[in-house]
Amino acid sequence: MAAGVAAWLPFARAAAIGWMPVANLPMPVAPTNKNKHQDELIILNVSGRRFQTWRNTLDRYPDTLLGSSEKEFFFNEETREYFFDRDPDVFRSILNFYRTGKLHYPRYECISAYDEELAFFGIIPEIISDCCYEEYKDRKRENTERLMDDLEDNKDSKLPNMTFRETMWRAFENPHTSTMALVFYYVTGFFIAISVITNVVETVPCGSTPNQRDIPCGERYTEAFFCMDTACVMIFTVEYLMRLFAAPSRYRFMRSVMSIIDVVAILPYYIGLVMTNNEDVSGAFVTLRVFRVFRIFKFSRHSQGLRILGYTLKSCASELGFLLFSLTMAIIIFATVMFYAEKGSSSSKFTSIPASFWYTIVTMTTLGYGDMVPKTIAGKIFGSICSLSGVLVIALPVPVIVSNFSRIYHQNQRADKRRAQKVQKARLARMRISKSGSSTAFLHSKRNGLNQSLELTLPYYKMKLSPQGSLEEDQQMKKTTSLLESQHHHLLHCLEKTTNHEFVDERLYEQGYLQTALQNFPSRSPSLSSEEGITGTCCSRRTKKNMQPLSATHTHSHTHNLQELSALHIQCGEQQPLNTSRSSLNLMSDESGSLNCKSSGLVTTAIISIPTPPSNNSRASPDAPPPPNPDAPPLPNPGTDVVKISAL
Amino acid sequence: MGAVVGTLTMQTRQRRPSRDKVDDDLELSMVCHRPEGLEQLESQTNFSKKELQVLYRGFKNECPSGVVNEDTFKQIYSQFFPHGDASTYAHYLFNAFDSSHNGSIKFEDFVTALSILLRGTTTEKLQWTFNLYDINRDGYINKEEMTDIVKAIYDMMGRFTYPALKTDTPKQHVDAFFQKMDKNRDGVVTLDEFILSCQEDENIMRSLQLFENVI
Repeated sequence: MAAGVAAWLPFARAAAIGWMPVANLPMPVAPTNKNKHQDELIILNVSGRRFQTWRNTLDRYPDTLLGSSEKEFFFNEETREYFFDRDPDVFRSILNFYRTGKLHYPRYECISAYDEELAFFGIIPEIISDCCYEEYKDRKRENTERLMDDLEDNKDSKLPNMTFRETMWRAFENPHTSTMALVFYYVTGFFIAISVITNVVETVPCGSTPNQRDIPCGERYTEAFFCMDTACVMIFTVEYLMRLFAAPSRYRFMRSVMSIIDVVAILPYYIGLVMTNNEDVSGAFVTLRVFRVFRIFKFSRHSQGLRILGYTLKSCASELGFLLFSLTMAIIIFATVMFYAEKGSSSSKFTSIPASFWYTIVTMTTLGYGDMVPKTIAGKIFGSICSLSGVLVIALPVPVIVSNFSRIYHQNQRADKRRAQKVQKARLARMRISKSGSSTAFLHSKRNGLNQSLELTLPYYKMKLSPQGSLEEDQQMKKTTSLLESQHHHLLHCLEKTTNHEFVDERLYEQGYLQTALQNFPSRSPSLSSEEGITGTCCSRRTKKNMQPLSATHTHSHTHNLQELSALHIQCGEQQPLNTSRSSLNLMSDESGSLNCKSSGLVTTAIISIPTPPSNNSRASPDAPPPPNPDAPPLPNPGTDVVKISAL
Repeated sequence: MGAVVGTLTMQTRQRRPSRDKVDDDLELSMVCHRPEGLEQLESQTNFSKKELQVLYRGFKNECPSGVVNEDTFKQIYSQFFPHGDASTYAHYLFNAFDSSHNGSIKFEDFVTALSILLRGTTTEKLQWTFNLYDINRDGYINKEEMTDIVKAIYDMMGRFTYPALKTDTPKQHVDAFFQKMDKNRDGVVTLDEFILSCQEDENIMRSLQLFENVI
C-alpha cells in the first residue's frame, strides 16, 4: 500500500459500514489501537541534524526500521528524541521516502554509502522510483565491476590448495603471478617474433650466385629455415598442449579464439609434413603457408592493446556492418552510373559494372590510384560526386567506433592502474601495519593482564613464547594503555573467554596451519576436555595446550591478504589474527560470542574489526544472528580454507 | 549516400513544430480547492481539531489539488482490495460522498461523511447507508438497485473464494435482504422500513458500532 493511501484507511474502514445491513453474519471484533498515540511530532536526530515528522508518517512503512518498533532502540530518554549516528545527507532522501512514498537516489552520493544507509534503515533499493532508478542501476553496475576487478586482483595471491593444473592455468593467463610464468611468457613471445621474422625473411632475395637470378633466402638456405620453422612449431605445439591440459574447461578452451589461432598457426607445418611433394597439391600447399602469418596474432596474448582493439571491433560489429552496407550501396550506385557515363568514350577502362567497382572503391576511399580515370565530362562530374560522398560515408561510423575503443581502453587503463603492483603493495602494507599495531597492542596487554590474573598458567605460556619478538614485547609490557584501549582489550578478552579460543598472529597461524593441515581437527573444545578427563578448567586448558601445538587454526588468517581490502568496507569484519605466543586454548576458529559490533572503542583506525561471528562461519548473509552458544560453537569445515566474508 | 539522404530527411522532420496536448491538461489540474476554516469544520462535524488535522494531512497528501475526482477515488479504494475489482462499489461510494453531485469530493464532503459514519448516531448512519443503496435517489430501494450493490460488493471479493462464488449468490443475498427489510412486501424498501428493520437486528446494530474508534 502506498504511503498516502495508508492515510485513507480510516476512510475505507468507515465506508465499510455500507456493508453492514447487507451482511448476514456478525462482524469480527475490530482490532484495538493499543498505543493510543495521538499523532505527535517525533524528533529524529541524525548526527546532530534534527528532523521532525509525524509519527504517522513513519508508520506508513511498518517493515522498515523507522516504521517499526526497532526505532525504540535508538530512543534517547533525556532528550526525548531518536538519535541515529548516520549520515544526515542520505537520511534526507530516506525521510522523504516516508513523506512522499517515493525513494530518490541523489546523484552526488556514493553508491555504496547509499546502499549501506538503505540497508541500515531497512529499505530495499528496488523501490527507488523510476526517475532515479536507471542512474542507480548504472552506478551499481559500475561499482560491481570495480569490485570484481578488485577481486580478481586479490585472487592473485596464492591460495595454498590449488592443484597443479590450476596453477598452470593461472600462470598462463596472468604471467605476473610467478617468475616461471614470466619466463614462459617471454620465451613464447620471442619465438613468435622469430617465427614471423623467419616467414618474412624467407621471401627476401638473398645474394645471388653469379650465374643465377636472385633467389629468395628461403630457397637458398632451405635447411636452416626448415630447422627454424620446426623449432618454432615445436614450441607452439608444446605450448598449445600445455594450455589444453591446464584449461579448466577444455571444450570451452578449444572453442576460444586464441586457441583457434594457435591451431591455425601450427597446422600448415604438419600438413606440409604429411603431404608429399606432389605437384597437384603443391599449389594448395603454398596457400597453406599463408596461414603461417596467423602466428602474428598470437601476439595478442602478449599485447593488451591488440586485445582491446579486437574487443572493440567485436563490440562495434553493428557500426562496422552499417559502414559496410552503406559502402556497398554507394559502390554499386556509383559504379553503375560511371559505367553508363563512360560507355560512350572509346578505350574506356570501364568495361563492365564490376570493373567499375574498383574505380568506385578507390575513389570513395580517396585513394585515387589513377589506373582508371573517367574521360567524359559526365563521367568526371559523377566521379567527383563519388569522391565527395565517399568521404562522408566513411567518416560517419568512425566516431562511434572510436568512442567505443576509447571507453574500453580507459576502462582497461583504470584496471591497470589499480593493478599496478606498487600502489597496491604500499596500500596493503600500510593497512597491515595499522592492523597489526592494534592487534599487537591487545596481545601485549593481554599478556600483561594475564600475567596478573592467571598466575597458574604462567609457566606454560612462557614456555610457548614464540622465539621472535619476545624481547621487544617484554619491553612494551610496561607501556600504559589508555582507557579506551583497555576497554577494547577487555572486550576481546571476554570474547576469547566466551569462545574458549584465542587470537593468534599470522606467522604462528601459518605455521600451525601447515602443521595441522593434515590433521582432522577435533572439533569441540569442551568435548576434548571431557575426553581428556581432566579435572579443573584451568588444568584442562593446560593439557589441551599440549595437545595442539602452536596456534592458529584460525581458518581465516590465510585469507588475510585477500580480505584486507574488504575489511575496509565492513564494519564488523573478520576476526583479527592477533599475536600470541601461547598455544592456547583450542583454536578452532572463530566462534564468536555475541559481540556487538559497535562496541569496538576503536583506537587506531577504523580497520580494527570486531569479529562478526556468523559472517565468518557461514557463507550466508551477515545478518544471521550470532549463535550465542559459546560451549559448542558450530565450526566451519577445517578443510575449507576460504571463509567468505561478504563485503557489505 | 544513403546516409547522406538520411541525415537530410532527419533535419526536415525536426523543423516541424511539436504540438503538445499537455497544455490543455495542465489547465484543468491547476484547479485547487481550499477547505473552509478549521473552526467551521469543527463545528459542523463531530471531530476535534486534531482529528481534522490528521484527516486533512492524509487527504492533502493523496490529492494535493484539494479535490478528489472519481478516478482517483476508485484508485485509492482499489488499493485496499487488491483481490477483486472495487471500482463499482467505489463508484457508489463516490456518489454517496459527493453530496453536491458535481463529480468531485471536496474535503468538506469527505469530512462530513466520515463524521456521520464514525461519530454519528445510529439513525444518521442508517440514513447514510440508505442513501448509499438508493442509487437513483428516489427514496426507495428496489431489487435492481440492491442487486447492483450486492454484486459490487461481491466483485470486491475477486475470483478466488472459498466456497466458490456461484452466479446466483448475489440474487439469493438480495432475496434474503428483501425478506428481512421489506415489511409490507411491496417490492421496495423505504427509509423507515429500512431503519426499523435494522434496529430490530442485533447483529447490524452491533456492527454499526464497530468502527467507532477508527480515528
